[in-house]
Amino acid sequence: MTATLKQPGWPRAFLGALLGGAFGFGLVVALRAISGLEIFQTEQTGYPHVIVPAVTAPIGWLIGFGAFDYWFRWAAGRPTIPDDHSSHGAYSWKDYFKFNTDHKVIGIQYIVTTFAFFFIGGLLAMGIRAELAQPGTQVVDPGVYNGLFSTHAAIMIFLFIVPVFAGIANYVLPLMIGAPDMAFPRLNALSFWMLPIGGILFLASFVVPGGAFDAGWTGYAPLSTGAPLGQSFFNLGVQFAGASSIATALNFLVTIVTMRAPGMSFWRMPLLVWANLSTSLLVVGATPFVAGAQFMVLFDRVLGTNFFEAAAGGDVISYQHIFWFYSHPAVYIMMLPGFGIVSEVISTHARKTIFGYRLMALALLGIVVLAFAVWAHHMFVAGMFAWLRVPMMITTLLIAVPTGIKIFSWLGTLFDSKLHLENTSMLFALGFIVTFVIGGISGVMLGMIPIDIHVSDTYFVVAHLHFVLFGGSVFTIYCGIYHWFPKMTGRMYDERLGRWHFWLTAIAMLGTFIPMHWIGMEGMPRRVADYAAQFGDWNLFITVFSFILGVAQLIFVYNMIVSWRFGPKAPANPWRAKTIEWLVSSPPPVFNFDEIPRVVGGPYEFGVPGAKHAILTEGEEGADVGGPEPAVVGTASGGGSD
Amino acid sequence: MKDMTPATFLRLLAVTLLLTTVASVLMLIPDWNGLQGSAEAKDIDTLTDVMIVLSAFVFSVVMVMMGYAIWKYRAKPGDESDGEPIHGNTRLEVVWTLIPTAIVLFAGVYATLVLDDIEAEAADSMRVDVTAQQFAWRFDYVDAGKTSTELHAPSGTQLELHLQALDVLHSFWVPEWRIKRDLVPGASLDDPEGDADIDNVVRVTPTVEGTYSVVCTELCGWGHSVMRAVAKTESPEEFESWLSEQKDIPEGQVGTGVAGGNGAGSLAEGQSGG
Repeated sequence: MTATLKQPGWPRAFLGALLGGAFGFGLVVALRAISGLEIFQTEQTGYPHVIVPAVTAPIGWLIGFGAFDYWFRWAAGRPTIPDDHSSHGAYSWKDYFKFNTDHKVIGIQYIVTTFAFFFIGGLLAMGIRAELAQPGTQVVDPGVYNGLFSTHAAIMIFLFIVPVFAGIANYVLPLMIGAPDMAFPRLNALSFWMLPIGGILFLASFVVPGGAFDAGWTGYAPLSTGAPLGQSFFNLGVQFAGASSIATALNFLVTIVTMRAPGMSFWRMPLLVWANLSTSLLVVGATPFVAGAQFMVLFDRVLGTNFFEAAAGGDVISYQHIFWFYSHPAVYIMMLPGFGIVSEVISTHARKTIFGYRLMALALLGIVVLAFAVWAHHMFVAGMFAWLRVPMMITTLLIAVPTGIKIFSWLGTLFDSKLHLENTSMLFALGFIVTFVIGGISGVMLGMIPIDIHVSDTYFVVAHLHFVLFGGSVFTIYCGIYHWFPKMTGRMYDERLGRWHFWLTAIAMLGTFIPMHWIGMEGMPRRVADYAAQFGDWNLFITVFSFILGVAQLIFVYNMIVSWRFGPKAPANPWRAKTIEWLVSSPPPVFNFDEIPRVVGGPYEFGVPGAKHAILTEGEEGADVGGPEPAVVGTASGGGSD
Repeated sequence: MKDMTPATFLRLLAVTLLLTTVASVLMLIPDWNGLQGSAEAKDIDTLTDVMIVLSAFVFSVVMVMMGYAIWKYRAKPGDESDGEPIHGNTRLEVVWTLIPTAIVLFAGVYATLVLDDIEAEAADSMRVDVTAQQFAWRFDYVDAGKTSTELHAPSGTQLELHLQALDVLHSFWVPEWRIKRDLVPGASLDDPEGDADIDNVVRVTPTVEGTYSVVCTELCGWGHSVMRAVAKTESPEEFESWLSEQKDIPEGQVGTGVAGGNGAGSLAEGQSGG
């Protein structure tokens, strides 16, 4: 047994958690005893003997699991154990439960874990809709209801949408740039393992005194500073999810900048790479602010600071500024990778290069810059400085321009193309364009202050955010999963089930979220367990469609599981796409490439006979695996430039 | 697109305009925002209607482009060939950058004009202090020295609402009046834009007699969904008569603009030290 406990792994991890928790608990008890304070402080905002172990136990778990072994040895000046790559690659299901440094394993770990949280978040949504089916309170009491929507949103945002894109990119991006792995594989693995910790902290709030955190995912002070213990679990969970996100973004930035295959200039990068570059810039710039905002709330709660305590001179509205300075870029963090995915899928299934590729890349960068300049549109009625509203409205309206450029470019790609609609990923890509435009339209309306004054904090906002997060982000997530499923699993999924999934989801989604615009404008506020009787009929309609939406996702789950096990074997390039990941087998070899690919052209050179994006043979120009190279390497005929 | 004849383009444009018109009509018929109960409501609703028409246009452009492309460029079964190697069209890209920019800037300017209009101070506005607490409202007519748990307003007079909260954030909204603003703990009733830098003064001119609800629109705890008060617009005579029947503002009432000061207290008691 001691041998097991000396090796990194689950047993040692639990031992580490135990020791870490005990250390944290003991620290609090000892310090409080020495200071003459009551040892177990159980005012609902306090519980330091729970809070500190809630931080030290996960850290102990990570240490025991082996996440820091290499770095500790190196920091201590001891000889490091050369990586024999035994922690690389997956040969059985058990390898997915290890501290595995292979980006492809990590990608799948992310995707499976985040989808588990997606379904938990979805169940919480079912709880919300069950209560809202009729006026009055039938299913849960209002306090529990507030916990339902708070955890629903927090889980969806921090544990599904943000990290699932990181997972998809983790798998695809190194392959797509011709790299053998990410720049920092160990950091990559650590990033993944911090995520379930964040999830467990969020979910643990359900079982502590006072119940789940219930101040909304936005956690505005002073409601959050005075809330029961569960709120502190939100404050802490965000730290782990945030650290995971930031470390991954740093990893992507270094990988993209330094590890592109020879010949892949920035203007030959696929748009998925541009999208993840942009997203990573947003993450590193913005995420520290939500970590800071949650720390400030936690300190007000547990340490007696007064950041947001009006009676002590604190500034209540400042919480919202700090929070939204992250949370607005966050919505682009949750969308830009999806934009990249849509570009990959549309070019592939339209058999055509993306229209206006350069402007598409520049539009991503434009969104990154503007994303930091619009946050106060969430605060038009907050009572902040009146003069800030109009400038923020202008920047908010302007950010519609680069977004619109992308929509028009995708549509332009469809013209003079050879459109294939049989593939589920293409259905989701086109469906995304429709639903995201609707969400963008309601967003522009919300950006106009007089309209926002009326519909802020009503179901109009709930409609908008679900159109852009479900019709936007989730549709692109499904788009990417279907597109790269063969590459990741080596199997083909069932296309007919995929089509059923798409159509049921699309129709149910529209039925669920369209009426929310109307009831919001008519007077139904958001975050309410009960509402005026006049809204009963539409709420029942919405609930029915939301249940159909929930059930439709089971088709996806069934398809994924059964296809992964029993689906027909997938060829290297079932979609006849051009980007580098499709040049290797499905799934790829453990170290991706037997030889470094060489990039010889743009990523979407459809329609140019013999044009290649990358070739796998090194050395002479001549021999390659599929036909002559274009006469002039690196350019394409047809009027554009790379 | 490269082969599109002017005739085809005009036909597509006609379909787009037709779709825009149909969508606009369908979307403008229902009274989405409800009764226009204040002078501000009309401006806001007109702005909303203009945006609905613009949105119908944008949505129609997208749907027509997508529908046409699907119809015209769908690959025949078994066709494995590629589409045209078209990389872009600089002129078109400039157009679809500049036109949306112009549209959104127009919207921004229009919205700013409406905002200035609905926030303009009237000469004869009547001050009412609004105090929110978990989970009830209080309205103090400071000039008359009266307090009530109902908000009554004489039709046609601009209310100047001074907002404060005693515990957590709340938000004041009467849907028919359209106007909404958060009530922030720490806001000062008598020094609206002084040290606290909290913009807690909002104006509204109720115009249509009737009984409405003040709805709390900022999550404030378990009672958030039932935190309502009666808002009633009535004739000036009825209002005066109602006002005279209300209780006087108690001496030292918590969170009163006259006596000053914030702090914990209970609306049910209605009075305690400051």
